[in-house]
Amino acid sequence: MGEDLLPLATDLEAARSQMAFTLGFHIILASMGVAFPAIILTANYIGLRRGDDDALRLAQRWSKVAAVLFAVGAITGTVLSFEMGLLWPDFMSRFGEVFGPAFALEGVFFFLEAIFMAIYIFGWRRLRPWVHFWTGVPVVLSGLGGALSVVAVNSWMNTPEGFKVARDGSLTDVDPLNALLNKAVAYEAPHMILAAYMVAGFLVASVYAVGMLRGRRDRHHRLGLLIPLTLAAIATPIQLGVGDTAARSIADDQPVKFAAMECVQKTSTDVTEYIFGRCTSDGIKGGIGIPGLDSWLVGFSTNTKVTGLDSVRPDDRPPANTMLHWAFDIMVGVGSALMLLGLWLGATWLLRRDMPRSRWFLRATAVSGVAAVVALECGWIVTEVGRQPWIVYGVMRTEDAVTEASGVWISLAVVMVLYAALGTATVLVLRAMTRRWRTADLDESEGPYAPRPDLQDMSEEPA
Amino acid sequence: MSTADAAAAVLWTGVTLYAVFGGADFGAGFWTLVVRGGERGTRARALIAWAIGPVWESNHVWLIFVLVVLWTGFPEAFASIMSTLFIPLSLAALGIVLRGAGFAFQGVAARERGRRLATGAFALSSVLTPFFMGTVAGAVASGRVPIGNAKGDPVTSWVNPVSLLIGVLFVAAGAYLAAVFLASDARRFGDPELENYFAARALGAAVAAGVLAVAGIFVLHEDARYIYDGLVSEGLPLVIASAVCGAAALVLLWRGTRRGVRVLAVGAVVAVIWGWGAAQYPYLLPQKLTIEEGAAASETLTALLVVFGVALVLVVPALALLYTLDQRTVLEEEAEP
Repeated sequence: MGEDLLPLATDLEAARSQMAFTLGFHIILASMGVAFPAIILTANYIGLRRGDDDALRLAQRWSKVAAVLFAVGAITGTVLSFEMGLLWPDFMSRFGEVFGPAFALEGVFFFLEAIFMAIYIFGWRRLRPWVHFWTGVPVVLSGLGGALSVVAVNSWMNTPEGFKVARDGSLTDVDPLNALLNKAVAYEAPHMILAAYMVAGFLVASVYAVGMLRGRRDRHHRLGLLIPLTLAAIATPIQLGVGDTAARSIADDQPVKFAAMECVQKTSTDVTEYIFGRCTSDGIKGGIGIPGLDSWLVGFSTNTKVTGLDSVRPDDRPPANTMLHWAFDIMVGVGSALMLLGLWLGATWLLRRDMPRSRWFLRATAVSGVAAVVALECGWIVTEVGRQPWIVYGVMRTEDAVTEASGVWISLAVVMVLYAALGTATVLVLRAMTRRWRTADLDESEGPYAPRPDLQDMSEEPA
Repeated sequence: MSTADAAAAVLWTGVTLYAVFGGADFGAGFWTLVVRGGERGTRARALIAWAIGPVWESNHVWLIFVLVVLWTGFPEAFASIMSTLFIPLSLAALGIVLRGAGFAFQGVAARERGRRLATGAFALSSVLTPFFMGTVAGAVASGRVPIGNAKGDPVTSWVNPVSLLIGVLFVAAGAYLAAVFLASDARRFGDPELENYFAARALGAAVAAGVLAVAGIFVLHEDARYIYDGLVSEGLPLVIASAVCGAAALVLLWRGTRRGVRVLAVGAVVAVIWGWGAAQYPYLLPQKLTIEEGAAASETLTALLVVFGVALVLVVPALALLYTLDQRTVLEEEAEP
């Protein structure tokens, strides 16, 4: 048995890396899929309501970008469905019946999203303007529903409910509805959905900020910056509140994960909050410490007892503690900085009915997109690595779920190369689209669901 | 009919829909690969991109549907299949990435070379993906997937006569369906030359699929006896129905009649899939795991059926709307001077 452990552990590393890599890639596209349609519809609404052609043109172009991102997201999402079984067969065979219906629900939402996305995108010229607008609404709603159902499964892995484990390890009293409505879903789902709105909002705004910094200061760019940035600026303070609640709930629901996030070694009261620093078993080295703050954040009193990592055996603690702690701090730090950016916009708007004139505002907006993605990834690392060594918190260890098939290292290598190419191609294609929009008239026939051009026209092009 | 049987029927419905819609989609990619260059080849490729553009994403959602129903309703079978058949399923997933990316990018790539690369990736993976999925179907049908985490042979489970034959059959059946659909698309578009082109290809693919199906009977007899016995008993009416549909479609194509060909072609594919289902019943994994043994808890199956009902109520009208708008657009364009 002891001899088997080493090769098993290495395959486990490969499987975890592949899952982390493909999920980390997909989560950006999924966020765009969830939130970008709302930004597009906002522009569409403004355009129709005020007869604003700039806003309408933005909505139309964005919908073409969304089509490309949605197509790539559908692919990377399909890969994840495969990986559930390819990488974690014993997790699926044991618990598929518990959380599966949540995925079935997600499937319905995804289907509706795909269908109405196609209708919206190819309905620009074919449907009456307000009818067309309303065909976009189901896309926004099914994006929310889909995110809720998927995150419900991840929440369930953190706070598993809806089953009992019998003496022989088999499951009894399976209740999928209870599993779907687990404890963590109340804070994890809004946290993820708001993160999606932040990522999409700041990312789209950052593109136009770059354009304005390069001197393209027309109304088109102004609106392209303001619409998404306003939505993101509204989402950010709510997100900080939700995130704060989430952290406090995790201190209750998954105390070891919380201890690892905050690098708390020993259970005690009056715990110091450390910002950055290196986590060691003797406590934190370096970093900025604020005495008593961690206890206060958990229970609004420095007398609050915070559970430390020493409450469980070493092999029940999450790995890579320093990285986890940093990921948490970076997420909170970036989120706070993004809130300041939103406040800057809001305050200036209240005072002058205009956006800030400073170049620094544009510079800050230009980096906000990448910053939001960094915060998103950090948050994902916190929730996933923080749950380790468990795949189902406190019930099933990740090492007991992994496939016994060999060759995961090979598939990991192939996937990394393929995704690098996919990511590069996506960026190149989007850049080529925007370049064509700048230099020439809008080509109506672009995009995977584009309105159909005349076949005769297409065959005349050198294809 | 037990709840488990109902869930299995839902699963098989998903498999059927994926085989028809996804299969035709793969087939369209196959024709992109084989059409020659030149003016007609260009027009044919444009027709293909035009025909599947608005619906290709929805077509492939059926695959997700099948995976989710399998892992929710029959988790043990899902885990056994996915782990033993790690190699062909990884390759199929890889093909799906290349295919989707290729199709999405071919219309929007910046340069000619980029477009050509995207189309090439789309076309090649449209052939490889259904082939690997066919080998998986063959592995299940021939009883080469034991229960458990990677308990079957990682290579011979899918590199064997049945798997290879079904892999090729999947490609041929998709090409057949696609050619039939494309002939009718070309007709609706008013391009008689392309219509004849794809009708001739449909005839060729029909003959190829028919020959493979007959060869398949012999291979199953030797290598997958359980399925063979089922096909010549419980599944026999469906096998005959498939053969009749296929032959009738062949006759119509030969005589140049277009009406009814699509229905008959789809009928031939659907009948053979349900014939396989009937032959395999009551097993999920032949002679290893039955539907009842492999089924999830009854609460889960009920939840699954409820969600399926909700899906029928919500998705079917939405899908009908998409297809209607899609077809109406075509008609409007035809009416334009």
